[in-house]
Amino acid sequence: MSDYALFLGCVIPNRYPGIEAAMKKIAPSLGIALYEMEGASCCPAPGVTKSFDSQTWLTLAARNLCIAEALGKNVLTMCNGCYASLKEANVILKNDPKKREAVNRVLAEVGKSFRGSIDVKHVIEVLYNEVGLEKVKSVAKKPLKLKAAVHYGCHILKPSELREWKSYERPTFLDELITALGLQSVDYQDKLMCCGAGGGVRSGIPEVGLDMTREKLTHITHTAADVIVNCCPLCHLQFDRGQVEIEQNQGEKFKVPVLHYLQLLGISAGLSLDQVGAKAHNISLETLASKI
Amino acid sequence: MSTSSLVKGSVIKSEDLKVQFVEEIVKAGGEKIRLCFQCGTCTGSCPSGRRTAFKTRQLIGKSLLGLRDEVLSDKNLWTCTSCYTCMERCPRGIDVTNLIFIIRNIAARSGFMLDKHKVALGYLIKTGHLVPITENYSKLRGELGLEAVPPTTHKHSEALKEFQQLISSLQFDKLAEQENKK
Repeated sequence: MSDYALFLGCVIPNRYPGIEAAMKKIAPSLGIALYEMEGASCCPAPGVTKSFDSQTWLTLAARNLCIAEALGKNVLTMCNGCYASLKEANVILKNDPKKREAVNRVLAEVGKSFRGSIDVKHVIEVLYNEVGLEKVKSVAKKPLKLKAAVHYGCHILKPSELREWKSYERPTFLDELITALGLQSVDYQDKLMCCGAGGGVRSGIPEVGLDMTREKLTHITHTAADVIVNCCPLCHLQFDRGQVEIEQNQGEKFKVPVLHYLQLLGISAGLSLDQVGAKAHNISLETLASKI
Repeated sequence: MSTSSLVKGSVIKSEDLKVQFVEEIVKAGGEKIRLCFQCGTCTGSCPSGRRTAFKTRQLIGKSLLGLRDEVLSDKNLWTCTSCYTCMERCPRGIDVTNLIFIIRNIAARSGFMLDKHKVALGYLIKTGHLVPITENYSKLRGELGLEAVPPTTHKHSEALKEFQQLISSLQFDKLAEQENKK
């Protein structure tokens, strides 16, 4: 068993809890033991925190890292944004004594201190590099005959100097992980383009972000994909809720269901659509029911 | 504000340039900005630039020139989704996205934060989460066999107090509350 401190973040526990439920239900069969990070906060989000004050961003991220350090476990995130914040903050604080000292001076007020004793991993990284495709396959009970449009999301890939993937321009790991479950990964134009939500754009200038989402959805629709598969709850929200917003604003209907990889893995391991939180979805997962 | 002195055909007067602006950026960790030779790979890679007036190359160019007010007050500064494509592709190895974060930090301190961002920060400061729990989602969590209130700052009031104390020590709450420049 590998032990991990599970970092929940905001969007997963508070908007798409089915992703968290799937993670917790399938972890044992993957050989992963999860520990709750009691009292953790927002990572905090890179766009809507680091954009305004990088010192606050670093300090609040350090507080979360301290919770995992107290557990003595590496952090596991299910979100590209949490991964970006916590991984980058961890690297900065481990390697820059001046910044670590400044952060620890503030953390001392609440009795915490960053030591630099753990690492931060994305669940996709763990599944691909540690658990391995063969074990992932063995968890899957039924092959899912679906055509999937894979969306990586920016922060699982970049900045590449802090990532260990072979290529950030032509990655294949998420495609390989869905293929292992029996799905077909369809190619589409601008596959690696941003969903439009990051950098505080969804909260600050939503029309710009939604225009990116609409462009991606247009390309995805051309492939007749059954589902969009992502590994980031903010991209997930942008595609799922974004389709409703685009319809309201522009009248354009797409209706493509959206699943986080963990939900997909849960379904293939035998969980029902309800058990992976179908109720929270704005675009109904019903169209998938007949195909799986 | 984004259609600048650069396109109006007017003369940029040296007294309007704040040449120390680049020093401000360098001091905050953006020393590589000086390496820019204005090739435009960043602009060509930018998904926001495809649909808005945001031009990354121009942002860097104006910053180097010292057009501080123009750079900081431009709403397009907030259209970067931090996708990092510009940074990955920069032939001079400039950490472009980090520069954008640095310039945004200066903009926020100078009173140019978006009102919608202040609303979002209000949630963060009040609850510890940018996207807080609601009753409906709490109920759904219960149905899924999860703790109805997630074991975060939502469940632990002492953890929320700790979080808020850090925010107050760093005066981040003041930044979120300050009046915008007109």
